[in-house]
Amino acid sequence: MPEIEKLQDFVTQTRRDILRMVHKVNSGHPGGSLGCTEFFVALYHEIMTLKDGFDMDGKNEDLFFLSNGHISPVYYSVLARKGYFPVAELNTFRLIDSRLQGHPTTHEGLPGIRIASGSLGQGMSVALGAAQAKKLNNDDTLIYSLHGDGELQEGQNWEAIMYAAGKKVDNIIATIDLNGKQIDGATDDVLPMGDLKLKFEAFGWDVLEIKEGNDLAAVIQGLEDAKSRTGQGKPVCILLYTMMGNGVDFMMHTHAWHGKAPNDEQLENALSQNVETLGDY
Amino acid sequence: MTKYIDQGKNDTRSGFGAGMTELGRTNPNVVALCADLIGSLKIQTFIDENPERFFQIGIAEANMMGIAAGLTIGGKIPFTGTFANFSTGRVYDQIRQSIAYSDKNVKICASHAGITLGEDGATHQILEDIGLMKMLPGMVVINPCDYNQTKAATIAIADYEGPVYLRFGRPKVANFTPPDQKFEIGKAVMLNEGTDVTIVATGHLVWESLLAAEALETQGISAEVINIHTIKPLDAEAVLKSVKKTGCIVTAEEHNYLGGLGESIAGMLAKQHPTPQEFIATNDTFGESGTPAQLMEKYGLNNKAIQKAVLRVLDRK
Repeated sequence: MPEIEKLQDFVTQTRRDILRMVHKVNSGHPGGSLGCTEFFVALYHEIMTLKDGFDMDGKNEDLFFLSNGHISPVYYSVLARKGYFPVAELNTFRLIDSRLQGHPTTHEGLPGIRIASGSLGQGMSVALGAAQAKKLNNDDTLIYSLHGDGELQEGQNWEAIMYAAGKKVDNIIATIDLNGKQIDGATDDVLPMGDLKLKFEAFGWDVLEIKEGNDLAAVIQGLEDAKSRTGQGKPVCILLYTMMGNGVDFMMHTHAWHGKAPNDEQLENALSQNVETLGDY
Repeated sequence: MTKYIDQGKNDTRSGFGAGMTELGRTNPNVVALCADLIGSLKIQTFIDENPERFFQIGIAEANMMGIAAGLTIGGKIPFTGTFANFSTGRVYDQIRQSIAYSDKNVKICASHAGITLGEDGATHQILEDIGLMKMLPGMVVINPCDYNQTKAATIAIADYEGPVYLRFGRPKVANFTPPDQKFEIGKAVMLNEGTDVTIVATGHLVWESLLAAEALETQGISAEVINIHTIKPLDAEAVLKSVKKTGCIVTAEEHNYLGGLGESIAGMLAKQHPTPQEFIATNDTFGESGTPAQLMEKYGLNNKAIQKAVLRVLDRK
């Protein structure tokens, strides 16, 4: 269907943006960014109800919070290409005096960002606060959040997970990026987290799985499904199965590209696998 | 010397509770969060009158700080409540990233600060919180001295846009400032004009400083007493004006000398007007169990200790 093809162009272009951003400064986190590209594009272009422009309060529009802030490249690319700030500004990623800090921040006034993140485990609490503010404001738009799977090793998440269900915060959709990898290796090797579906369900969440987290149509369908489950007295969790480094063959099936940039040759190879669609910045 | 009357001993945390009650009635954006310490924070009236604006978080302070940050997105003014220890050290990174660095309009309200928490001992006492909070860029740090001032400060910080740390205590102490005072963030209060020595105090040590000044007067020593309720931003002008007149200073606080009010003043004076200074503060130590009065005596945080410090600093002029 043509709509999906258009969105796929965003996905491909964002992959190029991610690769070029981290290459230029020889730092940043391409692996998780590439794995979540479909999710971000689906969220911002298809799923969320957004107002024109940006204000911090975000009343009467859906809000997104990125908890695993290290995947800032995908976030910045999608925000820029959605029109929050000039696409050319992607060229300043991680440079001195840039609004595009290594990890997202409100500190430099970058439109689209509502909380600093990077120190892990804090985003779900923030998202819950924003969700409760919406309820107080009789605002029936939704809160979306994204968390790394390794990030769930941070205990604050479980305080938030317990709270969300206990207090029936049912206007939030928290997505876990299940790529099974973290800096030191496979999550199962670093610290096995067991069955996350059962854990979330035991805490009282409504959990759904998107098994094909890098299939745009599947991601959209899963997010629509999640939306339909809000307002039922339970917070909603999506377990999003993704491939770290997706779209670049040599970055897939390994945790090596969690926080490493490609060299010139690797960049060329990676870009050849993702041909320019909407124009490079 | 200016005479101050104790209007009846009361706890500063009850001043906070009274301030919250008033805010509940006057500011619809104010919301309260608590980590299982409603009784200790004296906010039951706020909760009874505004149940929909109260969030019981449970014993999960990290989550509380994050939720508070999130509530600001949508225009709420969250006041978090727990003990000072659990309001700061326990959740430093949550405050740092989600509140201070993100410049969120959260009011971190911390009861049972300092050693006067008493019998619970050092696990619950904190003597490092002013230092922790003042080091965070953009954080306002306030430590009012009595019930009336704590109430006024609570009400005032709701009108200030940005993160605030409001520190108060458990014991009933003299209530001597005017009930109808206007609280100005960052503006020191001159309590007694004097010529020989400046005493700058914060929190529970302000009343002790007034007692010390009274006693010193009988010895022919004229002490100027300044209440610095706001440690950051520091009212440098008020301190400078005073020490240029007196030539020496004693700082007094219920806090470690490392990281406290005295350190802020010493740093400011070193740059602008080097002045002999003595510190009434704990000396890089944890607290312990005991009654508040016993602890203040043992750790040198009372009017007698202040008098001795004045005599020492006068010798250094």
